[in-house]
Amino acid sequence: MTRRDFFETVGAGIVVLLVEQDPILAQESGGGGRRGFGSMPQEVSAWLHIGADGKITVYTGKVEVGQNARTSLTQAAAEELHVPPEYIRLLMGDTDATPFDGGTVGSQTTPRMWPQIRKAAAEAREMLIDLGAQKWSVERATVTVEDGRVKSGTHSARFGELTQGQKLTKTIPANVALTPATEWKAAGKSLSKVDGAEIVTGAHKYPYDQKISGMLHAKVLYPPSFGAKLTSLDDSAAKAIPGVEVVRITANSGREGAGHDVAAVLSADPAAAEKGLAALKAEWQPVAGQTNSKDVFTYFKRNGNPTAPSSGLTQYTVAYIAHTPLEPRSALAEWSGDGKLTVWTGTQRPFGVRSELANEFKLPEEQVRVIMPDTGSGYGGKHTGDAALEAALLSKAVGKPVKRNWTREEELTWAYFRPGGLIEVGGKLNPDGTLAAWEFHNYNSGPSALQTPYAVASKTEQFHRVDSPLRQGSYRGLAATANIFVRESYMDELAHSIKMDPLEFRLKNTHDDRLRNVIVAVADRFGWKNRRKTSGRGFGIAAGTEKGSYMACCAEVAINNGQVKVVRVVEAFECGAIVNPEHLANQVEGAVAMGIGGAMFEHIDFAEGKIETNHLSRYRLPRFADMPAIESVLLDRRDLPSAGAGETPIMGVAPAVGNAIFDAAGIRIRSLPMVPKGLPAGGNGTTTSAAVV
Amino acid sequence: MARITELDVNGKRHKIDADADRSLLSLLRDDLDLTGTKYGCGEGQCAACTVLVEGQPTKSCLTKAGAVAGKRIVTIEGLLHEGKLHPVQQAFLEADALQCGWCTPGMILGAVGLLRRTAHPTEAEIVSGMNGHICRCGTYPRIVKAIQIAAKKGAVA
Repeated sequence: MTRRDFFETVGAGIVVLLVEQDPILAQESGGGGRRGFGSMPQEVSAWLHIGADGKITVYTGKVEVGQNARTSLTQAAAEELHVPPEYIRLLMGDTDATPFDGGTVGSQTTPRMWPQIRKAAAEAREMLIDLGAQKWSVERATVTVEDGRVKSGTHSARFGELTQGQKLTKTIPANVALTPATEWKAAGKSLSKVDGAEIVTGAHKYPYDQKISGMLHAKVLYPPSFGAKLTSLDDSAAKAIPGVEVVRITANSGREGAGHDVAAVLSADPAAAEKGLAALKAEWQPVAGQTNSKDVFTYFKRNGNPTAPSSGLTQYTVAYIAHTPLEPRSALAEWSGDGKLTVWTGTQRPFGVRSELANEFKLPEEQVRVIMPDTGSGYGGKHTGDAALEAALLSKAVGKPVKRNWTREEELTWAYFRPGGLIEVGGKLNPDGTLAAWEFHNYNSGPSALQTPYAVASKTEQFHRVDSPLRQGSYRGLAATANIFVRESYMDELAHSIKMDPLEFRLKNTHDDRLRNVIVAVADRFGWKNRRKTSGRGFGIAAGTEKGSYMACCAEVAINNGQVKVVRVVEAFECGAIVNPEHLANQVEGAVAMGIGGAMFEHIDFAEGKIETNHLSRYRLPRFADMPAIESVLLDRRDLPSAGAGETPIMGVAPAVGNAIFDAAGIRIRSLPMVPKGLPAGGNGTTTSAAVV
Repeated sequence: MARITELDVNGKRHKIDADADRSLLSLLRDDLDLTGTKYGCGEGQCAACTVLVEGQPTKSCLTKAGAVAGKRIVTIEGLLHEGKLHPVQQAFLEADALQCGWCTPGMILGAVGLLRRTAHPTEAEIVSGMNGHICRCGTYPRIVKAIQIAAKKGAVA
């Protein structure tokens, strides 16, 4: 794209482009010649535009799924440009309008995009100062930018007055040094959600709410079990309904359940489409002998094939669970006359979905536009373009725009899950309570946070890949939740085996100061040392680090008639310099709340290729009544770069609660979820295999 | 099949023509384009689809259109009064009681209903009154706080 084309699109004014200098990072976020904004090279990671009308627009490929990136990135620009946040508009996640981005994944928005936008805004501010100095022929040092105006002595001008008619660009490296957090003036303050008013009034249009004229609603006939083949279809009754069309689609690139050899019923009237779906008469050939949830852990062990496994390790298990974003997957697709495809969909990877679609339809990427309206959550579950692929295939087949909204049942069956896992662990202690040896094997759930942060001389830590019987993928925190659950539960087992206080045991084995700091902070706030044990009450502690941030968590449980209630959770969290304290607290609290589900009761049951927990009445989510009192202790380290906070805070809940249950009842629960049907009688083993060397 | 020809929503009588057994949720979203009312599960488990029918919080996904003919329905779009936010909406913003916001319209209408029944609920009354609503982002403690803020201001007379 030429400079002229660029300004034709965005309008005259000031443009600051951020260019990724690091070829490794550029490669990492790429994946094959991806380009954003027409032919803008993917090395451009963000840009900021100040128009002749003074409007400030920040363009980023990041997306908003409730984690408040729109707010924190607005804040970044507002802080550097010295304007109120309402002066800034963020254009996010539109592959035709924003720079390429690898995805809103892995807690990377704050450590990567946030400083880049600050830098772009700071550069734009300096350009405005230059313009003021030139216009008024004054010393640059006398020019200031305040409250949306450039000023010097008696001179004052709005941004737009200074840029009028000019086309000024500046390209800066994305990785240049920023104002250190220790010198921040205003960042680090709380700012309410910038688009909160649109949400509380119901005005915001989520992907599920998108409509265009002439569109058809699509319902899809999925197989009754995984892998079942459609052997016959009688669609005569469906086709007899006025305004109903039935089509068969098969994606080249699709996988089962997303546009791959399925029948669909379409109508301008969603109720008619629904009736049409019910009227289809289909016969299926199921696949026999599929792995069931009750024997999946044996399956993992049999197929994981570890090198040199030790005997006598302690086994833990982790069930598959579902993200259950409250807004299910959704897409609206439209083909224009010139063969360009536009899709509105809720995804954490709009550029990834564009690639999926370009690949399916053999189109250059520029011929596909993916637009991501702010979406009803993801938690790592909306990385793929399943609904987008279906809508695009169906739209092509019928020659009209097509809307494809997944139902909850489809969401709980055909989306991907957080992986289940089998974890085997063992350890040996020196007489003083320090770790002498450590062994850890994770089968299937993943390698995140596989390595212990504690000091230990001899260790074996392995991840064993298994071909999962269920479709699985990213979930908030990835396998770090499973690995930290097992590690911190087993650390508790080791502490109890030598009758050492679990807090003291952790501190004794911690050589990492940041980890130590969160452990000390959480214990102080929780009142660990003064805790008073009464009948049916127990206290647990856990800690860990992942993705550059540190957390420690204390939990108190109450057990009544075999029912476990988490009554209090305190979590200390440290992610470097804090960007927005209120939203960080909101993330930590929300992660604790979500973590309680996976810790206590969430689990996917499956048998014979069918998901049995395919409705909310069968898949229990945390509710108001499940909530403990939640307190967050946020450690602000202005001397450290900001890390992301969307994931790590979820990881401490399960082990802290499990350790508290052991403290209360003497039962060691070695499976997630821990108490889907209340406290197990005697648990699955109360003794530890830990040995003292 | 019985038809329904009129629906009283947000103080306005809307002419429609639909099967009386259609869900109120579908009529609101698909026929009247009031998409502030959200689908979450279709079986009354999450309450994202909550609207007020004659002032009572009602799960629109389980409510047949025929059952609400002639009744006064209020959706999130109808909660603004003379262009100003309802005190419960204001309190949700003040307490930052939302993340992705998909559950928020239903939560707010559920809270309005709760405060109409109990002007000054205890925390336990808020928890039991709102327990049918799911917030997957886990902002529950903030929602409790928002309802307390609204109650303190005498949100619903």
